[in-house]
Amino acid sequence: MKRSLQDRLAILSDAAKYDASCASSGGEKRDSRKGGIGSSGGSGICHAYTPDGRCVSLLKILMTNFCIFDCAYCINRVSSNVERARFSVDEVVTLTLEFYRRNFVEGLFLSSGVIRSPDQTMADMVRIVRTLREGHQFKGYVHLKTIPDAAPELIEEAGRWADRLSINIELPLDASVRRLAPEKRPETIRTAMAQVRLAREAARERTHTGRKAPRFAPAGQSTQMIVGADGADDVAILNASSRLYSGYRLKRVYYSAFSPIPDASAALPLVEPPLLREHRLYQADWLIRFYGFSAGEIATGALAGHLDLHVDPKLAWALQHRAEFPLDVNRAARDRLLRVPGFGVRTVDRILEARRHGPLRFADLVRIGASMRKARPFIDLPDWSPGRLIDDARLRARFAPPPEQLRLL
Amino acid sequence: MLPDRGLPAAWRALARRAISHRIPPDRIDWQGGGNLFADSPLPTETGPHEVRVGRAFLELAGSVLWHSAPERFDLLYQALWRVDRGEGAPLSAADPLGQRLGLMAKAVGRDIHKMHAFVRFRELPTDGRRRSFGAWFEPAHNTLEPGSTFFVKRFADMDWLIATPGLTARYAAGRLSFEPGGQRPDLPDDASAALWATYFASIFNPARIKLGAMRAEMPKKYWKNLPETRHIPAMLADAEARVERMREAGATPPRPGAGAVSTRYRATMPAPADLPATLCEAREAAMQCRRCGLCEAATQTVWGEGDSSARLMIVGEQPGDREDLAGRPFVGPAGRLLREAMRGVELDPDAVWLTNAVKHFKFSSRGKRRIHQKPDRREIEHCRWWLGLELALVRPRLALALGATAALALTGDSRPLASRRGTIETGLHGGPVLLTWHPSHILRMPDRAGQTRLRHELEADLAAGRRHVAAAARQSTALLTAD
Repeated sequence: MKRSLQDRLAILSDAAKYDASCASSGGEKRDSRKGGIGSSGGSGICHAYTPDGRCVSLLKILMTNFCIFDCAYCINRVSSNVERARFSVDEVVTLTLEFYRRNFVEGLFLSSGVIRSPDQTMADMVRIVRTLREGHQFKGYVHLKTIPDAAPELIEEAGRWADRLSINIELPLDASVRRLAPEKRPETIRTAMAQVRLAREAARERTHTGRKAPRFAPAGQSTQMIVGADGADDVAILNASSRLYSGYRLKRVYYSAFSPIPDASAALPLVEPPLLREHRLYQADWLIRFYGFSAGEIATGALAGHLDLHVDPKLAWALQHRAEFPLDVNRAARDRLLRVPGFGVRTVDRILEARRHGPLRFADLVRIGASMRKARPFIDLPDWSPGRLIDDARLRARFAPPPEQLRLL
Repeated sequence: MLPDRGLPAAWRALARRAISHRIPPDRIDWQGGGNLFADSPLPTETGPHEVRVGRAFLELAGSVLWHSAPERFDLLYQALWRVDRGEGAPLSAADPLGQRLGLMAKAVGRDIHKMHAFVRFRELPTDGRRRSFGAWFEPAHNTLEPGSTFFVKRFADMDWLIATPGLTARYAAGRLSFEPGGQRPDLPDDASAALWATYFASIFNPARIKLGAMRAEMPKKYWKNLPETRHIPAMLADAEARVERMREAGATPPRPGAGAVSTRYRATMPAPADLPATLCEAREAAMQCRRCGLCEAATQTVWGEGDSSARLMIVGEQPGDREDLAGRPFVGPAGRLLREAMRGVELDPDAVWLTNAVKHFKFSSRGKRRIHQKPDRREIEHCRWWLGLELALVRPRLALALGATAALALTGDSRPLASRRGTIETGLHGGPVLLTWHPSHILRMPDRAGQTRLRHELEADLAAGRRHVAAAARQSTALLTAD
């Protein structure tokens, strides 16, 4: 007997939750005032949050969780005993539109297990999105996962209908991919990313007749790396991310702490997901993308290849580079201010704006929203000087949580 | 005197009139709708003083006016007064007034954003052609009016209403109208609600509970109008047990028959030939090369291309950024220069074999750019296996080495190129190797004159190469006919 739609939705959304991305921001400005349904562009909207702290922005489902690949970390691998299900094209289209009309979601994030062949799977997924766009004039957001080793023509068409494309790099080291996902090939995953980058660049140029080239994945591409399933350290992960950002202009690299899955493979440990490690990696990733840090610089604050779990990566870096501080907040350039622990991008922009009207003092920075507890030892102000604080050997201890007190048994 | 709707324009008109008479902030009772205190009402005519304000003030006011705090009018007028008088920087985040107004604008922006996120429509019965939906929402500020444009743009093909305690927005047949708000309307149950609840419960990962993160973004005050939040307690209560069950179950034996499926797929994956017999096989094998570490960072192997029985083989250093992305040699700036130079001496790029000494791009990442790095001796030696195969399978009459890396790869000799350029040496493969500049070396020359000189030398060498292979061809034809 065929399972009900509700049962299959349960199976195919449960199977989709290991993809961390739920972003719906950026991309093309569209709306439905000239027909169709939906709008997109600008900042994304999180319509709900689940108790795991993750946002629900898109209807994130698999087309099917049948899969011929045997990736050890994945709940849908061919050797797993998980229940299997499949949606029809119309079911995905209807679910998306009905959720959308009730303002539950920004759109669809469609992924899938690999059935029959990568090309057939990708073609089926593309058909779903084409139906939404052409058949229903859907103007909302669509994130489409590209299947490894799918033909370039299919990726080309996917980019015409989807706002974002993504292909998961899965693990930071090629050797880990080959070991844990023997049907995936790191070189073809990167080749697909390169294709998406080149197609996006071509879409931004005008043709020789001056016409605009057809759109291609206007919200860019992203990827995901599983943290803690192989032995790669944080520096290796950040180096891999830097290469992905510089090579393929990724909008985001998502880090997903490996979490136990039902029906696990013997190849992987069933451990508590390293959530704090994942958090530190996101912070370091932010430093690379918005604060002008290189992976190498962040590595100088790491301990034996791993980010310090007790203090954030910028503070860890600053503690290793005390000679560059204290910084005169009223004179320092933007790129130096961005390096002060406790100063975010917004804070720095406000400082630059506010100091045009006169020198800033301690209380001004508090009002601006700087985290002065962190910034204090690293800055000079007309009414504040850190004195010897910056050289204090116990400076790190002021920020790190105190060591756990041992008790007598 | 200040209306419920169209507030920004109304307040602006009153404020403009007040400041045109230079009426100080402390004399205006905004709660009374912009009347002057006690003595006299606000004049009906505009006064002589003209005020100019920047876009920043108008944008700030455009937000703050929707805030629910009664003092918002007064605070904005204080800021306007100080802007006009040039008293400090009342809009700066460092100023106490600016900070307060900034926080109010932020609260309004957040309230609008949360409305866009948390309004939940239920379908209403209708006999018309358009589908109809309704929602009840309780914003913290007066944000329905500024927030409704979003819904107009998004849901243009359906009728909808959003009711709030203060105001109701109704969109019917393509027109938006407002009416007074009030009580929560009676909205019917919606068929999709059960599916939504199923989705919400299933997309949640019980192994990673982060309640703080959830509550920060979805504050409890909104929960009563979010049907899915009713399931949160049950989801949490069950979470630990679910994770415990996963852990206890541990690894499970693989599904029967699974091995055969993945084995069948793996058999279709390309496998490299140990000793490729054709260029095609060699290319297939090179695509999976892991002889050195460069493959980990590069996108893909960039194999040679051109005429597979060419008399001339041109060997560069390694693929660059563009070549790495496109998977083809000489498609970047240096490749363009080379192709131009070849055409300049009537050498058809399609009639030669174009390749590189090293088949993977070596680089370091710096921000958004990938900076080229020279391959080292070990990498060149590892990659010589592929270059050797290309030489053996294409069998050119002459190899043209572009730059020092290609020269080293082909001849095994690492002496500087300057003294060797333009000469023919015998390669490790036994055939002749003509040495010349790499086009990217020419591009890096700082001065125009130097660039032109090297470019002429490159063209001369290309021409010499063309003559060399033509002569070699004539010679072998002569030998053949002499037989």
